[in-house]
Amino acid sequence: MKRLLKGGRLVDPAAGVDGEFDLLIDGDRVARVGRNLPVEDGVQVVEVPRGFVVVPGLIDMHVHLREPGQEHKETVATGTRSAVAGGFTAVACMPNTTPVNDNASITELILRRAAEADLARVYPIGAVSRGSNGELLADIGELHRAGCVAISDDGKPVATALLMRRALEYASMFDMPVIDHCEDPSLKGDGVAHEGYYASALGLRGLPAAAETVMVQRDVTLAGLTGGHFHLAHMSTAGALRAIRDGKAQGFAVTCEVAPHHFVLTDAQLESPIQYDTNCKMNPPLRSQEHVDAMIEGIADGSVDVIATDHAPHHADEKKQEFDRAPFGIVGLETCVPLVLDRLVHRGHISLARAVELLSVNPARILRRSGGTLKEGSVADITVLAPDVEVTIRAEALFSKSKNTPFDGWTLRGAAAATIVGGRTVHVNPAVSGAEKLA
Amino acid sequence: MAGQTPNPAPTRLKQRHLLGIADLSAEEILLVLDTAAAMQEIAQRPIKKVPALRGRTVVNLFFEPSTRTRTSFEVAEKRLSADTLNVAIATSSVVKGETLIDTALNLEAMSPDFIVLRHSASGACHLLSRVCRSRIINAGDGMHEHPTQALLDAFTIRQHKGRIEGLKVAIIGDLLHSRVLRSNVLLLTKLGAEVWVCGPPTLVPPGIERLGVHVTAKVDEAVEGADVIMMLRIQLERMQGAFFPSLREYFQVFGMTEERVRRARPDAIIMHPGPMNRGVEIASEVADGPYSVILEQVTNGVAVRMAVLYLLAGGVEHEAAA
Repeated sequence: MKRLLKGGRLVDPAAGVDGEFDLLIDGDRVARVGRNLPVEDGVQVVEVPRGFVVVPGLIDMHVHLREPGQEHKETVATGTRSAVAGGFTAVACMPNTTPVNDNASITELILRRAAEADLARVYPIGAVSRGSNGELLADIGELHRAGCVAISDDGKPVATALLMRRALEYASMFDMPVIDHCEDPSLKGDGVAHEGYYASALGLRGLPAAAETVMVQRDVTLAGLTGGHFHLAHMSTAGALRAIRDGKAQGFAVTCEVAPHHFVLTDAQLESPIQYDTNCKMNPPLRSQEHVDAMIEGIADGSVDVIATDHAPHHADEKKQEFDRAPFGIVGLETCVPLVLDRLVHRGHISLARAVELLSVNPARILRRSGGTLKEGSVADITVLAPDVEVTIRAEALFSKSKNTPFDGWTLRGAAAATIVGGRTVHVNPAVSGAEKLA
Repeated sequence: MAGQTPNPAPTRLKQRHLLGIADLSAEEILLVLDTAAAMQEIAQRPIKKVPALRGRTVVNLFFEPSTRTRTSFEVAEKRLSADTLNVAIATSSVVKGETLIDTALNLEAMSPDFIVLRHSASGACHLLSRVCRSRIINAGDGMHEHPTQALLDAFTIRQHKGRIEGLKVAIIGDLLHSRVLRSNVLLLTKLGAEVWVCGPPTLVPPGIERLGVHVTAKVDEAVEGADVIMMLRIQLERMQGAFFPSLREYFQVFGMTEERVRRARPDAIIMHPGPMNRGVEIASEVADGPYSVILEQVTNGVAVRMAVLYLLAGGVEHEAAA
């Protein structure tokens, strides 16, 4: 079947396109892109409402789908439902499931569940070490063959410099990045909040910014030594950004991502509006203003490659506890687009094209996946944005199985209007009027 | 701040709970101290009991071992004729058991008026205050606050000095892990004292100077000309975290000796919230010296806790009437 998306602005930075273009979908592919394409017989015409923007499908390269093992928090089905509701056509899921995704049978299970759900594409990330225990390498070749796109021990750092060196060397033969959750365990200790004034005043044990920075410095150095690709997960500190810039300046294969909460919220959130709000407990923690400013600067100047949510669903019972005891993490798939548009694009930090690079072009490139462009012949994974529509985040209305978000009640300008995967519309946003035309 | 009171003196506390000194105004702190002075008189009577809280139930819910604070609350409650219930739960055994909220809601199903909570997690009282109908009194939450300790310390200081404003107060010891420190800093700065905090840099909470205190690692500088010296307990297990090398060295560098006390004002008082480690943070001669008010602090704790209970209960009557 052919569908013609007519009118509307098309932003495809990888193809150098930004303007009024029509887009013809044939089956699961982009057939043609051009101005005022003719309407052939048998083509379904979709009028893209004024103000909407057609962009290559967004890819969230850091999510936790929790299956297998923690299905009370999320499943592949609910997580991909949340993804498409948030405008994402693909997600890369971290291996810290139970058991850990360190062998092909787990990878295959995840991919089978994703095929059954048939919503967003799912790119599994395999473990660096067996059981993510930081000792022996996992069967990385087997994981690669089964469909893993990267390796990571996320939730924990790659335990030693030697293991990181070996992982970078070994994964390079499969052309896979090693994604590291950088945090020196001894400096981290049993901290629960960013070390600084607010943690001190509230009596919360500190997680110093330096714990992240020292390990990023280690990994940048090792990327230089090995030539392997080091991707820094959820960067949150100014020091880590300096280390990444330094690595890039030296020509090393280093890339990094930032989560929306790290460019929107500061650690002052721990004190108000809700003291000890466990929906403000995540790792890395909400940092102080100078780190938030640095993240925005890095996003604006090109040092940051990707915005990824670190979508970390937790059951309400787990979060409704003492701050010390509640688990780290918040859901992010359905709040990311409004936060990026409202806080980065509308505030003038970045252009819409740059937002598309951060959310689509670069994650596709880093994970060596198709997508990230709408050039003729490419896969028809498409997100339609409504950058000027105001939406109000309602935790209880999220599609994710878990509702742990600090953004409940926030009104933001900008939303995903519709999500198209392989030429098929898999979600239209009921909060955006006109979006139903894209169904 | 404390001297100029544009508003008429309050007669009750604004908040339903006592979660921390952070929530109290200078006027409310003075109200508690003045009320405690009236309560002190009850302890002098042959029959040390008044009917102020008759028919009210207070649950003392302690998740951490405590002798001083728990018994002090219990005596205060009994002197006000409240029915008291002590629930002590060893933290180690609750890891897989009932949650804090469920424990509190179960106790609350028996309709207490107050829950006095001691818990190892900072913010535990705030959590309960959002789900409980009872009034919550913080008897120490993690490394956060211990408001009744700060109030009894202020009461003791005022007894000896007649005021708080303008006094130099030196607080010395493990600042990082101390809830007594945080409550005292908040209270003393609200009432206009000049507060110096002193400890090894490994045990200073980052950013603490934003609370309006002077920070130093030099004991002599902290003590110089001080009106009040407040020693904080050093937990013996802190050596394991490499916070300092040994108790012997700690005493050499930070221990309060008679020689160091001589740098303070001649009429300085020495305080300690207990329990003390003699020969670690404080020399026995100092702890037992003429300027030590450590046992008076314990005595005053009862009157101050009576005042807190009485004032919060006044709020109950007020709401019932409304």
